[in-house]
Amino acid sequence: MRHTLAVLVENHPGVLSRVSGLFSRRGFNIESLAVGPTEKPDISRMTIVVEGDDYVIEQVSKQLNKLVDVIKVSDISSQASVSRELVLIKVDADPSVRSQIIQIVEIFRANIVDVGKNSMIIELTGDKDKVTAMEELLKQFGIKELVRTGIVAMNRGS
Amino acid sequence: MNGAQALIKSLENEGVKVVFGYPGGAVLSLYEALKASNINHILTRSEQAAAHAASGYSRVTGKPGVCLATSGPGATNLITGIATAYMDSIPIIAITGQVSTEMIGKDVFQEVDITGATAPFTKHNYLVKNVKDIPRIVKEAFHIASTGRPGPVLIDIPKDVAAQELEFYYPKTVELKGYKPNYNGHPLQINRAVEAIKRAERPIICSGGGVISGNASSEVIKLAETCQIPVVTTLMGIGGFPGNHELFLGLVGVHGSYRANKAISSADLIIAVGARFADRVTGGSSDFAKKAEVIHIDIDPAEIGKNVEPTIPIVGDVKNVLKDILKGVDKQTRPQWIEAVNKFNSNGFKDKNNEYVKPRDVIKKLYQLTCGKAIVSTEVGQHQLWTAHYYTFSKPRTFLTSGGLGTMGYGFPAAIGAQVAKPEATVINISGDGSFQMNLSELATAMENQLPVKVLIFNNRCLGMVRQLQEFYCNRNYYGVSFKNIPDFVKVAEGFGAKGFRITKDTEIEPVLKKVIDSKYPCVVDIIIAPEENVYPMVLNGSPISEMIGG
Ligand SMILES: Cc1ncc(C[n+]2csc(CCOP(=O)(O)OP(=O)(O)O)c2C)c(N)n1
Repeated sequence: MRHTLAVLVENHPGVLSRVSGLFSRRGFNIESLAVGPTEKPDISRMTIVVEGDDYVIEQVSKQLNKLVDVIKVSDISSQASVSRELVLIKVDADPSVRSQIIQIVEIFRANIVDVGKNSMIIELTGDKDKVTAMEELLKQFGIKELVRTGIVAMNRGS
Repeated sequence: MNGAQALIKSLENEGVKVVFGYPGGAVLSLYEALKASNINHILTRSEQAAAHAASGYSRVTGKPGVCLATSGPGATNLITGIATAYMDSIPIIAITGQVSTEMIGKDVFQEVDITGATAPFTKHNYLVKNVKDIPRIVKEAFHIASTGRPGPVLIDIPKDVAAQELEFYYPKTVELKGYKPNYNGHPLQINRAVEAIKRAERPIICSGGGVISGNASSEVIKLAETCQIPVVTTLMGIGGFPGNHELFLGLVGVHGSYRANKAISSADLIIAVGARFADRVTGGSSDFAKKAEVIHIDIDPAEIGKNVEPTIPIVGDVKNVLKDILKGVDKQTRPQWIEAVNKFNSNGFKDKNNEYVKPRDVIKKLYQLTCGKAIVSTEVGQHQLWTAHYYTFSKPRTFLTSGGLGTMGYGFPAAIGAQVAKPEATVINISGDGSFQMNLSELATAMENQLPVKVLIFNNRCLGMVRQLQEFYCNRNYYGVSFKNIPDFVKVAEGFGAKGFRITKDTEIEPVLKKVIDSKYPCVVDIIIAPEENVYPMVLNGSPISEMIGG
């Protein structure tokens, strides 16, 4: 099963390598990892998506908690939460197909952020399913480049 | 005051009396500050030995041991010692010099990323960027190393930072958002544990290294006696429960005693105290403890459920938790179980019939002559397990061995650290001829500092433990295990100015050991034993620990 962990860490140098090192060393797989500062500048938040059964997730959380720089680990996959990922996709877009692409972009409520002579860059935000669906549809035009930020997630309500 | 002086002053504030170290270009100012301080410096003959010595010092005192090395190769030489301490949860503080801040990352002379390299096997580490942080970092380092589940902490200090000026202020407290060990067991789980103990017909205590580091030996004894629960120990747990106690069954695991392994395999309740169900204990078998309820008490939440799923998990300081459990239990008797356990008698393995001195006879004689009061360190190999089985340890912090990493070369420098900590104690390193050759240069350290450490070498002219593995797993297809060049260890000792002895026959055991124990000098005893001597019992890979060879 896929789990999303929110990990609050001290904003210290080396903390990212400590966390990622722990995953590789203990044989856990990271599907995606996104990191940035929180509302408190000395604390960063990592959103880590891991694949694993309950045993693995428990071990991951416990081992993360052992790192002195890790302040809190919460599994937010099982609870009511919002998760988003931002994707930039550069598609082949010669003038003949542009209108088709624009249509798809509108349906997905995505944005066109750059238009070149033969290509366009599309920006899409959404959860994993939405991103995958859009990617599928754009394939026919030829995807030149694709970059995802990795999922960030947050619990709903208070 | 400069950074180097602040670092040394911080060590003084932590009550550090001795530092084991080896100098170099990146720690010149630290050595200047050290010279001006009240701290004693012991110059080892390699940085690895400095780390092991700090660990030996720590194991016998319970306080963090400190080692110091220069940048680059000095720092990498510490690594084996740091990893050894990490695997055995021993608090040491490793201080390394680093190249100047503006040089970091440029592959300059003697630069190595030691915080990156040691991250997997330090409890925490620091690269000091700002001179003002030094007192806080030292304070935190000692706190982290010695509390919760203890472990090594490394502080890497760049040359320029050590030279900068600061106003010294030593903090009184530490503030670490992400580090708050849980010391008290959950009352609900404690009640469940009490009930399980009352209900159990065939309970057993498995006492681990955590009992020693958590100073919980007397609580384990009390629980065992009150509820009549037999006790086994892990390798790291030896000494945590008196070896001469009537409820003691011996070492458990792959090279455990027949009685201990049989008893734990037939128990209906296993109370694991400060033990982590390592693969050396369970044999890596998924059948381990399948029939039993398991109470698992440990300060480290990550150990609970890692190898064996407990029925009753209790995270907390073992001493506190046992005290709470003791409040709930009543006096119990279990005549049937105790009788059954005592019947787990092995038919004994037959000694090979040869002329050679038997390791068992030597170790038992050593026990007798030292009245069981020696501090004994071992290296890694057959001699390690012979020591674990045949020397009866009755006090915590008297048996020093590398259980987790299994580091040959650990025992001799660890014995030096122990002797520094306890000048009056009889400190003995039991070694193999292979292991001794890893760090024998420490004879120089022992001589220089008048440390009368005694080394007993069980000389089988081979890497006995590996030879035994090849005997069982490779059809005696021996390779790379026997030595063709056998040093004269008596002369080696004499070459360093120490005393050398040799035992080749039984009648020499007692007189030589007596002389050695009484000697005020470092001594090396070369004990010639049979090359084919084995460690028994032995559990083969994949077998449950109740099935032993040569039990
Ligand atoms: C640093 C290191 N290298 C290799 C090993 C693998 N190893 C385990 S036991 C052993 C043999 C030890 O030989 P010796 O010290 O002579 O002791 P004996 O087993 O003969 O008593 C070896 C090579 C180890 N444990 N540590």
